[in-house]
Amino acid sequence: MALLESKTVALVGNDAVAEAMRQVNPDVVAAYPITPQTDIVQTFSAMAADGLVKTELVNVESEHSAMSACIGAAASGARVMTATCSQGLALMWELLYIASGLRLPIVMPNVNRALSAPINIHCDHGDSMGARDSGWIQLFSENAQEAYDNIIQAVRISEHPDVYLPVMVLLDGFIISHAVDRMDLMEDEKVRNFIGERSEPYTMLDSKNPTCVGPFDGLYGYFFEFKRQQEEAMKNSFQVIQDVGKEFEKISGRSYGLFQTLGMEDAEFVVIAQGSGAGTIRHQVECMRSSGIPVGMIKLRSFRPFPAKQLVELLSGVKAVAVFDRSDTFAGGMGGPVFIELRSSFYEQEKKPLITNYIYGLGGRDLSIALVKQAMQEIHEMASSGRVKQMVNYLGLKE
Amino acid sequence: MSWDISNIQEWSWKEHPIGAVIKAPGNSRLIKTGGWRSLRPIRDEEQCNDCLICFIFCPEMSILVADEKIEKIDLDFCKGCGICAEECPRDAIEIIDEIEAQTKEKSGT
Ligand code: SF4
Ligand code: SF4
Repeated sequence: MALLESKTVALVGNDAVAEAMRQVNPDVVAAYPITPQTDIVQTFSAMAADGLVKTELVNVESEHSAMSACIGAAASGARVMTATCSQGLALMWELLYIASGLRLPIVMPNVNRALSAPINIHCDHGDSMGARDSGWIQLFSENAQEAYDNIIQAVRISEHPDVYLPVMVLLDGFIISHAVDRMDLMEDEKVRNFIGERSEPYTMLDSKNPTCVGPFDGLYGYFFEFKRQQEEAMKNSFQVIQDVGKEFEKISGRSYGLFQTLGMEDAEFVVIAQGSGAGTIRHQVECMRSSGIPVGMIKLRSFRPFPAKQLVELLSGVKAVAVFDRSDTFAGGMGGPVFIELRSSFYEQEKKPLITNYIYGLGGRDLSIALVKQAMQEIHEMASSGRVKQMVNYLGLKE
Repeated sequence: MSWDISNIQEWSWKEHPIGAVIKAPGNSRLIKTGGWRSLRPIRDEEQCNDCLICFIFCPEMSILVADEKIEKIDLDFCKGCGICAEECPRDAIEIIDEIEAQTKEKSGT
């Protein structure tokens, strides 16, 4: 198969996302602008106004309405997208659960931004982590290229009959959304062939088979059963995310799975991160490996579903693991969300590494190479001494 | 489309349709909602002149009509709201306590 007739361009992450949306050409987009996601809506609106897409663009008065309109449109059989971040995602809250509970394929880029207060417009993962139990698939992106690629794959994942769940594509506010990246765009034709026709769990607009969507379940009550179905769909999505990733590699040359690894064949200590921070960490890992230090890294792409089994397999032989979290859980010393889940994944294992947590970058605090270096030295010491000095560390905090 | 839900209370989580949708219309008939009624309407056939005003006002469509005459009040779905009694121009509907009505029924009085 001829691999690439792609075009190399320089784009900010938000424009890369808007470009992916143009190529997907959804039937309906209902969205409300919010910093730092605004350019996605603005650029896509211009595309719609210029007739580059056939999308019905719904200008709503809030994110609550945006997600409501998306749910209605998706239930009627339309391919639907929206975009948001931070307070906007928070305002969508109750609808997030309705979208996943009704099993509607909706794709939503969320440009990760801190939640108020104090008010802050910069990156951390606190917004989407708050929605981690909402039944949405959550895929992180490291840069503009991955944000673009994830959007295209998300359409296929969310519409897969074994899944039928909404998908959130995460990209770091400003660091990805507003920074110019060198990246490759695929041809429209290729993207359209890849995503194909919309597949749907049911539709309301079939007069021969009328369907009632969203009925009350409080008399006999099968709510429990439907929640169990959602968990099954999430389990199924492990395979689907990987299959779609493989298929995507064939047309793009870029490979995607549940996570990406570096140096895991001989690593004695390992760093796990997601989003743009993984790029900074990779640089440091490469530097250290070139001077013979046995460090490895895992960049987590899929946080929902959480690939616990695969991570345990990969990590049970290493001495030490440091989880980088760009949000906190405020649980009183339990650490960040990724740390808690990874640590809990090892409970049954006899052979397990030392695990420590670095919470970093809240409200956009820069993750500098110097900070990563400092953390790496500490993890290296932890691996050599066989002892966790401190379970939860705040990296770059003014002490 | 025919969709047999007669055994739905026994279904495993795997058997329910995706997204909790209802796949066939009209099956609300199978879900009897009258069980939570605390008051019961009783129609006095002598007083009633079959004007059908209660039929028009009943929010549960529980006043059953045949040949343009009141046939009966369908207690499987009546919720005891009392609207029929309120609207009846001939005061032909009395609202009584449901528990008392059931006790009386049981003792056959
Ligand atoms: S009490 Fe209410 S529900 Fe029952 S028959 Fe009268 S109007 Fe209908
Ligand atoms: S409103 Fe009263 S009089 Fe008229 S049909 Fe109903 S019960 Fe009979």
